[in-house]
Amino acid sequence: MSTTANPQGAQLHARAMGDTRIETMPTLPASAAATRPPGVAADHMLWETTLPAGGYAGKELRRGARLQLQDLYGDACVSMLVFNAERPVERFNVADTIKVQWNAYLGAGKLLLSDMGRVLMSLIDDGAGTHDMFCGASTAHSNAQAYGDGDNWGAHPNARDRLALAAGKFGLGRKDIHPCINWFKGVRIAGDGATELQGGPFAPGRSVTLRAEMNVIVVLANCPHRLDARVAYTVTPVRASAWRGTPTPADDPIRNATPEGLRAFLNVDDYFCR
Amino acid sequence: MSRTIILDEIVPPRAPWSHLVRKGETLRIIDLEGNQSADFLMYAAADDTERYSAQDTIAAQRNVYLRAGSMLYSNEGNPMALVAATDVAYHDTIGGACSRESNTLRYGFHTLSHHACVENFLDANLRDGRGKRDMVSNINWFMNVPVEADGTLGIVDGISAPGLHVDLLAQMDLVAVVSNCPQINNPCNGFNPTALRMVIAGPS
Repeated sequence: MSTTANPQGAQLHARAMGDTRIETMPTLPASAAATRPPGVAADHMLWETTLPAGGYAGKELRRGARLQLQDLYGDACVSMLVFNAERPVERFNVADTIKVQWNAYLGAGKLLLSDMGRVLMSLIDDGAGTHDMFCGASTAHSNAQAYGDGDNWGAHPNARDRLALAAGKFGLGRKDIHPCINWFKGVRIAGDGATELQGGPFAPGRSVTLRAEMNVIVVLANCPHRLDARVAYTVTPVRASAWRGTPTPADDPIRNATPEGLRAFLNVDDYFCR
Repeated sequence: MSRTIILDEIVPPRAPWSHLVRKGETLRIIDLEGNQSADFLMYAAADDTERYSAQDTIAAQRNVYLRAGSMLYSNEGNPMALVAATDVAYHDTIGGACSRESNTLRYGFHTLSHHACVENFLDANLRDGRGKRDMVSNINWFMNVPVEADGTLGIVDGISAPGLHVDLLAQMDLVAVVSNCPQINNPCNGFNPTALRMVIAGPS
């Protein structure tokens, strides 16, 4: 007779799985994280999870928290959306982010701006330097062309539908899926406007660290870059971790780096005057 | 255009405009006085969760500039409109729409009450059951945003001229929404917002 023919047997079977450990899973509690950034106490950890190829996640973070993404094996591609957690109709705006900062590329010190003239997050450390704000998330359509299918229930999930599931769990819908950032895979713009992919694979262990400047919802999807020409669906696990931090002080160098950025921080301060 | 003219109207300076364009029809936007940014969004008429996607369009053509022959894609990867013709070398789809809020960053808090394209888009969309969640990266016809080798970019003097135009051949029934850009703090309208002319022609 099957070991799962009755509820007791099924319970034993289920509970026997509970201590299984694999690489691509969350660590609970986050204080038990296997690797903590230098100087971060265990009880300051807020989140640690490792996303597989095609994986997704969402996390709410308070103002001041740090979020680190680590490309463990050098071939991750993390599409990210950011919302104001209190009022998600305010969200990351890629056009304002490049236009206000007079530059097309992300790097240490850059701000992720919302569509309301505020800083959602700032990039406090960038160990990669290859990121993309132009080519967006893969879609069911583009993955079908590249891999034969792109559905959430298949072997080649696409980034936009992963982001939609992640955002959906915060009550958000398809209209909330806005133009995204892709971390770790870079796109550079040639003189004639052509997009040039910096596709790697890169050295393992590169990371980016962000600081939440507002209370935010971050959603992530780890799927091959839209311009990745490799025949196989190729993307390696990424670790996301977060820890507590203090809100940015008035003398912070990133806050004061540019007049445009300072006004974005002043708009954040104004928002929290309540 | 020797085709049936369905609509021919002037968008005053600083104003929003919106109209249905059916599959096979052509929307011509004419820059009457030169270097007037026509901020542009479009939505599938059948389901407005499907809308223009700058990132999908850029990824599909592997280029950030829109030129004659560019296909404009939706967030579902479907062709929405073809840039069937234009006598301007290239147009922008990375610079986005000006807003009151971003103006405060770019130019100072004194510009908060300046009218802006996001106001126009929101005004037009709210009349049609859409709202702020329907704001995504748009097209700026007749606007010039060069990107330098180190990534430096900015809205600079335009490369359009009086009477130049762009023709969009609809690949599906779509709602086109335009903000005739009211910006006066940068060169996107030659520091002088002027009128646009919109012509919708039937299938050839």
